Amino acid sequence: MLAAQHIGKKFSGVTALDDINLELPAGKVTAIIGENGAGKSTLMKILSGVYDEYEGDVLYKGEKVRFKNPREAQNAGIAIIHQELNLVPYLNIAENLFLGRELKNALGFLDKKAMRLKTEALLKKLKLTVPADTIIADLKVGQQQVVEIAKALLYDAEVIIMDEPTSAISESEVEVLYGIIGDLRKENKAIVYISHKLNELFKIADLYVVLRDGKTIESGAMKGMTHDALIHKMVGRDIDIIRSSDTKKEKKVLLKVDGLCLAKAGSKGKNILQNICFELHRGEILGIFGLMGAGRTELMETLLGLHPGLTKATIVLDDTSVKFSSATQAIKAGMALVPEDRKKDGLVLGLDIKTNISLSSIDQYKGSGLIDHKAELEKAGKYIKALKIKTTSEKQTVKNLSGGNQQKVVLAKCLATKPKVLMLDEPTRGIDINAKNEIYKLISELAASGLGIIMVSSELPEILAISDRILVMADGTITAGFEVADATEDNILKAAIPQSI
Amino acid sequence: MDTILSKYRSHLVKFQPLIALVLLCIGISLMSDKFMTVDNGWNVMRQISVNICISVGMTLVVLTSGIDLSVGSVLALCGAITAGLLKFGIEVPSNNLFVGFTLLGAILAGLIAGSLLGLFNGWTVTKFKVPPFVATLAMLTIARGLTMLYTKGFPISNLGDSFAYIGTGWFLGIPVPVWVSAVVIVIAVIITQKTALGRYIYAIGGNESASKLSGINISKIKMIVYSIAGVLSAVGGIMVTSRLDSAQPNAGMSYELDAIAAVVIGGTSLSGGRGTIMGTVLGAIIIGVLNNGLVLLNVSPFWQQVVKGGVILLAVIIDRANAKND
Repeated sequence: MLAAQHIGKKFSGVTALDDINLELPAGKVTAIIGENGAGKSTLMKILSGVYDEYEGDVLYKGEKVRFKNPREAQNAGIAIIHQELNLVPYLNIAENLFLGRELKNALGFLDKKAMRLKTEALLKKLKLTVPADTIIADLKVGQQQVVEIAKALLYDAEVIIMDEPTSAISESEVEVLYGIIGDLRKENKAIVYISHKLNELFKIADLYVVLRDGKTIESGAMKGMTHDALIHKMVGRDIDIIRSSDTKKEKKVLLKVDGLCLAKAGSKGKNILQNICFELHRGEILGIFGLMGAGRTELMETLLGLHPGLTKATIVLDDTSVKFSSATQAIKAGMALVPEDRKKDGLVLGLDIKTNISLSSIDQYKGSGLIDHKAELEKAGKYIKALKIKTTSEKQTVKNLSGGNQQKVVLAKCLATKPKVLMLDEPTRGIDINAKNEIYKLISELAASGLGIIMVSSELPEILAISDRILVMADGTITAGFEVADATEDNILKAAIPQSI
Repeated sequence: MDTILSKYRSHLVKFQPLIALVLLCIGISLMSDKFMTVDNGWNVMRQISVNICISVGMTLVVLTSGIDLSVGSVLALCGAITAGLLKFGIEVPSNNLFVGFTLLGAILAGLIAGSLLGLFNGWTVTKFKVPPFVATLAMLTIARGLTMLYTKGFPISNLGDSFAYIGTGWFLGIPVPVWVSAVVIVIAVIITQKTALGRYIYAIGGNESASKLSGINISKIKMIVYSIAGVLSAVGGIMVTSRLDSAQPNAGMSYELDAIAAVVIGGTSLSGGRGTIMGTVLGAIIIGVLNNGLVLLNVSPFWQQVVKGGVILLAVIIDRANAKND
C-alpha cells in the first residue's frame, strides 16, 4: 500500500535517517520498533507529509508521491494519530471531526444535522457510546483517542499511523483499541503501530520493522519472534541484568509519614489522600504501585510541599519534625522530586543542560551575589559524566536531547540539591530500554550511597525488579505493603483495585 | 559546508537587529546631511534614554511571560509626585503640618512610588492570578487617574535648575540621561546574566510549572520583576519631568507601546523565556533613529506612524522565520 525506498533525511548536517526501506501492506498491522532517537518519528513525519525535503522516494499504491504538507497526505488517505492528540478541547466531537471540512447546506450554513448523523454512525462503529455533541475536554484520554481514529476514518484513510497510542490510556481502553485495530485490519487498511511496550506488539502486530540509528535493521513477520530477540535487534546488544537485591539495608528510619491527608481544593468532599502512614529507611528503595487515580502523584506532590493549605500530616525527616509550605522549603530540607511529566514539570526545555541542572541549587554558586559560571559549568560536567548524559556540551539545549537523556538531566537537577529523600514519579515513562536500564542502575547506586528512594510506577515488572519494599495505593490510601520477597503480581494487583467500584 | 553555513547563520541571527540599525543609519544619512552630526547623535540618544529605561523593565516582565501596560501612567504619576513634592512638599493645613523635600528626597519618593505601583501589579498577578495584561491595564487607568487627582489636571512647572540638570545637563561631555540609561542597562545586563534572579526570570518564562517544582518562589520573583519595571518607569518619569521642567498630567501616554515595540524588535519572545537586554536596547535605538530620521526627512507625522508599525511587523516576521529555522 505504502512503501519507502532509500529514504534519507538530515537536520542541519546531522543524519537522522539513512537509506530507509520499508513496506506497509494493506490489511496488516506493521510495528515500527526502535529506541528513542532511532528515527521512528522522523520517518512517520515524512510519510505523513510533515517534512517534504528528503532523499529517496515514497510510493503510495505503486505511484511515486511527495506530499507537501499533512493536508495533502490526509486527502490522499494517510492519517497519523500523534502521541499528543490534536483535538480542540472546547469543541464537541462532531465539530472536531469535521473541522476544516464542515458540511454545509444549500444556503452555505453549517449542516449540523448531517454532521451529527455521520458522527454518530462512526462512533457507533467504533463502539464509543457518548453523544456526538460531547465536548472533547469531558472525554477520557482513551475516548479522545477513539475520536482521533474516527477522524482518520472520516477522511477514508487507507493508511493509519498510530504513534504510542497506549501511552496514556487504561488497560480496558487498550482492549477497546485492539478491537478497533482488528476491525480496521479486516477492512484492508494498512496500519502502522509504534510503541515502546513490546508486549503490546506481540498481541497486535503482524509484521515488524526495526529501526536503529536511522537505518532499517530488519523486518519480518511478528509470528515466531521472541521478546528477547526483538530487544536484541533494537539495541544491538544484550541488556544488563537489573539490580541484584542483595544490597545491604540500614535499619535507620529516614522519613516517617503519619496520618497524611490531602483535602480536595474548594470542596468539603472526600479527601484525595486519606490517612497515609509509612516509613522510609536510609538506603531503601520503596516502590509505590497504584492504578491511575490512586493518588500516587498527589502523594509525591504533597511530600514536596506543593499543597500546603490542604495538607494535614505529621512528617519526621531525619529525626526532625518538618512541615513544608512550599517546594522551596521541602527541597532545602532534603526532599527532591523527579516529576512524572519531565517536559511539563521537570525541565525548562529552551534552556541548556547546565542551567537546568543548577535550577534548584543555584544558591551554591553565588558566593558574592553573582553566579560563579565556572563552578556551575564544572558541576554540570561532573553530572553529565556520572549519569552518562549523551551530549556534545554542557550548553546543549535540553529540547534537543532524547527522552532518556532529558530524564537524566532532571535527575541531575535533583541530585544537585543534595537530597536525603529522592522521589521518582514514573522515572522511566516513555524512554527506551537501554536508558531504562541505566536509570535503574543509577537508582540502585543512589540507594546504596544512603539516599532514601521512593519510586512510583505503574509498571509492575519495574516495581518488582528494583524495590526493596512495595506499598500499594488505591483510592487515595495505602491498601497493602509487601517486602519484595513476598510480593507477587497477583497480590499487588488485588490490593490496587479500588473497592468502591 | 552545511555546518559552517548554519554556524554563520546563527551569528547572523544574533546580530540581525544591529545590522538593521547600521543599514538604517546609512540609509538616512544618504538622504539627509543633518543626520550624521554630533549634535543630532546626542539629541537622539537623549530622546531614547527614557524609552530605554522603560523597555529594560518591560523586557524583564516579558521574559517571565508577562506584560506591563501601566508603564506610561506610572511614569506620569511618579514624575508628578517628584515634581509636586519638590515644589510644594506635603502640606496638611488643618494640622499646620508641612514637610519640605530636598531634591534627593523628592526623587527617592518618586522612585519608591514607582516600585510600590509595580509591586501592586505583581501582587495582583501572583496573589489573585489576574492575567498580567488585565492587571496592568487596570493599573494604566488607575495611575493615570491618580496623576490627574494629584495634579488637579494642571502641569507642575518651574522646578529649579538643579532638577533640570537631570534631563538637560551634561556630565563629562555626555548628556546626563544617557548616563542614567547606561547605568540602567549595565545593572540589567548583570541581573539577567550573572544573578540567580536573572536565571529564575528566564526559567519562569520558559516553564513556570517546572520552575515551581524546582523550588523557585515564583510569586516572589514576579513581584520583584514588576517592582523593577515600576522603578524604571519612575526613572523615566523623573527624566521626562526634568527635561520639560514640568510634570504634565498626560505625560507618557502610549509609552507602553514604544516599550513593547523595542522589546519585540530586540528579539524577545512575547511568550517569555527567550530574549536579551541588549536586544531591547538595540530595538529602542532603532525606534529612536527611525523617529529622528523621519522627522529630518520631513515625513508627515501620520506617515511616521505607518512606517513605525510596519517596522514592528517586519521585525516580528523575521523573528518568527528565524525561530522556525532553528
